[in-house]
Amino acid sequence: MEGMTRVPVREQDPKVRATNFEEVCLGYNEEEAVEEAKRCLNCKNPLCVQGCPVSINIPAFIQQVKERNFEEAYQIISQSSALPAVCGRVCPQESQCEGKCIRGIKGEPVSIGKLERFVADWARENGIKPKKAEKLNGHKVAVIGSGPAGLTCAGDLAKLGYDVTIFEALHEAGGVLSYGIPEFRLPKKKVVAAEVENVKSLGVKIETNVVIGKSTTIDELIEEEGFEAVFIGSGAGLPRFMGIPGEQANGVFSANEFLTRNNLMKAFMEGYDTPISRGKKVVVVGGGNVAMDAARTALRLGAEVHVVYRRGEAELPARVEEVHHAKEEGIIFDLLQNPTEILVDENGWVKGVKIIKMELGEPDESGRRSPIEIPGSEYEIEADTVIMSLGTSPNPLISSTTKGLEINRRKCIVATEDTGATSKEGVYAGGDAVTGAATVILAMGAGKAAAKGIDAYLSEK
Amino acid sequence: MYPIVKKEILADKIFLMEVKAERCAKSCLPGQFIIVKTDEKGERIPLTICDYNREAGTVTIVVQAVGASTERMLKNIDTIEAFQDFVGPLGCPSELCLEENLEETRKKKIVFIAGGLGTAPVYPQVKWLHEHGVEADVIMGSRTKDLLFYMDEMKAVAKNCYICTDDGSFGFHGVGTAQLQALYDEGVTYDQCVAIGPMIMMKFVCLLTKKLNLPTIVSMNPIMVDGTGMCGACRLVVGDKVKFACVDGPEFDGHLVDFDQAMKRMQQYKTEEGRAKLALEEGDTHHGGCGQCGGDK
Repeated sequence: MEGMTRVPVREQDPKVRATNFEEVCLGYNEEEAVEEAKRCLNCKNPLCVQGCPVSINIPAFIQQVKERNFEEAYQIISQSSALPAVCGRVCPQESQCEGKCIRGIKGEPVSIGKLERFVADWARENGIKPKKAEKLNGHKVAVIGSGPAGLTCAGDLAKLGYDVTIFEALHEAGGVLSYGIPEFRLPKKKVVAAEVENVKSLGVKIETNVVIGKSTTIDELIEEEGFEAVFIGSGAGLPRFMGIPGEQANGVFSANEFLTRNNLMKAFMEGYDTPISRGKKVVVVGGGNVAMDAARTALRLGAEVHVVYRRGEAELPARVEEVHHAKEEGIIFDLLQNPTEILVDENGWVKGVKIIKMELGEPDESGRRSPIEIPGSEYEIEADTVIMSLGTSPNPLISSTTKGLEINRRKCIVATEDTGATSKEGVYAGGDAVTGAATVILAMGAGKAAAKGIDAYLSEK
Repeated sequence: MYPIVKKEILADKIFLMEVKAERCAKSCLPGQFIIVKTDEKGERIPLTICDYNREAGTVTIVVQAVGASTERMLKNIDTIEAFQDFVGPLGCPSELCLEENLEETRKKKIVFIAGGLGTAPVYPQVKWLHEHGVEADVIMGSRTKDLLFYMDEMKAVAKNCYICTDDGSFGFHGVGTAQLQALYDEGVTYDQCVAIGPMIMMKFVCLLTKKLNLPTIVSMNPIMVDGTGMCGACRLVVGDKVKFACVDGPEFDGHLVDFDQAMKRMQQYKTEEGRAKLALEEGDTHHGGCGQCGGDK
């Protein structure tokens, strides 16, 4: 029936893309975008907007796409999102905007993510920039971290006329967009660098190589450098390990290390000095988006890759699209299994993994059925590389060096959801530093809320 | 960019650079390190801070050319004017060099043992202590005379400075541990030892100081990427706990460090080809024993 299915999006062939780092999804062209936009019912009470953590006026921008007013569509998205080319690529739309789309009840929901991506890419290719504030209001705000939360907060404040400086610990801006998400899902130069440039074009300054808590502190920024408010969007940087025997062996990496070497330090590219271990047989432990990124990166570097996850397929925390892409490319999923030991050779290198099979028991506190070991089911698999992708927790560098900043038992900064206010006056926080590891768009939502909170605070001051 | 205001070749393949890095110079303390990246394609190289000048806003580092990026630095030393990236200070300061511990530190008789490049990170600690009225002894060792550097500087801040070379070409003939043992044989004793140098040297210092019942701090400089706790590459076992050298260290209780495992981890990116190249370049001098290149395995 007419309009029940979406305009398919073009992708690189799985066999070809498994050997390169080019983007997997090629996106819509103008004709395809207009065609897909026509499927939007322009609902009076648009549920998709409710599903969007930054409340983009989705039907309004899609109507503009339908009319081929792509620049107008971009300005509508820009009012709510600082990073549309990123969100169009990495947001879990199926559980957000698209998950609420009325079209999805009987057929397929409108491809909102792909349309957003098209609009953002079109704007970039045509040199369209977001609108800058007409004049500055004279207030200085510091933003810590240049990931999705920080860029969004900084962009929103700059649009309101604030003088914003972002402090980034690494040598490049972007946070997880630069070091974490791989090139084939989010091109660095084309997309990330361009989105960072857009934020800078709003007047935001970015100072790289500054580790807050070490190079300087939040208290010093406020007392000595004249910042009137601070937003902490420092992410959840510390990797977790399993605590099983053999984990310190050579060839065992955190997903953070493996991905950082490849994405930020560009180990996969000719001419860069940073080395990376090109395994022949790689075991990735974990089932989230980061695990998929690590697995697909290892595959592209030439390895046979097994994803070992302790629950079943339905419980995989990764996006459905990522799992689907990974399978198409040839990643092997060893589900309901868990490593119990890393086997190490006489020189200290990984030679295999001992794995036990699992079954699902009663739901635990997270609502997911908890995995239980099946006694006597252990077996050994050969491997030369193991990548631990078990989640991350916030870095205590900032909380331990800022007076009066409350943290919870998971070391996350305590902040209100609607304004991002922390226990310390003038200091706001959001993103993974507050919630623990979550998604790009939730961090952006928090950055947005904090920008409003900071604006209200400084306006009243 | 971070301008390099002073460059100096100190010894064979060892060179000094003083870099303008105001934020770092303002807040750094002895024991901490920085990460430098020469250009777009370079690695992030962790280096311990050797000196700093708060007024001039500069930080001094001492580098030994051992990998692709550091070799390139040395090769281009005449033309390189600035680093693209320079971040720090990272890690925790040495506990001996904290104002709040000064009263305790003053009560201790301290000996530093610096091996090879370890002289660079030992110097600011001895200097800081000297400036705060604590006089410490220093044992400085290297393989041979040509690799010694910073002797005058060290002598100016140390109470006694004992210099030794493995081949006897200068000073005491023997390694740092032999010098320490010789001092103990003469009846000298200490309350605290700080050993910084190649892992194999720190391991042997710790074996000796355990016997001498002398508490020993070591400074670990394992493979790192970000230096802020993000990647976990620098993890090591101390006691029975896994620690990250970049945020929990770099200084640890040497008697609790698992050196054998730490040395194995250092070899992660040393390939067969790399080892072959080293053996060829260094020829007869490549006897192994530095504990870092694995050439003796």
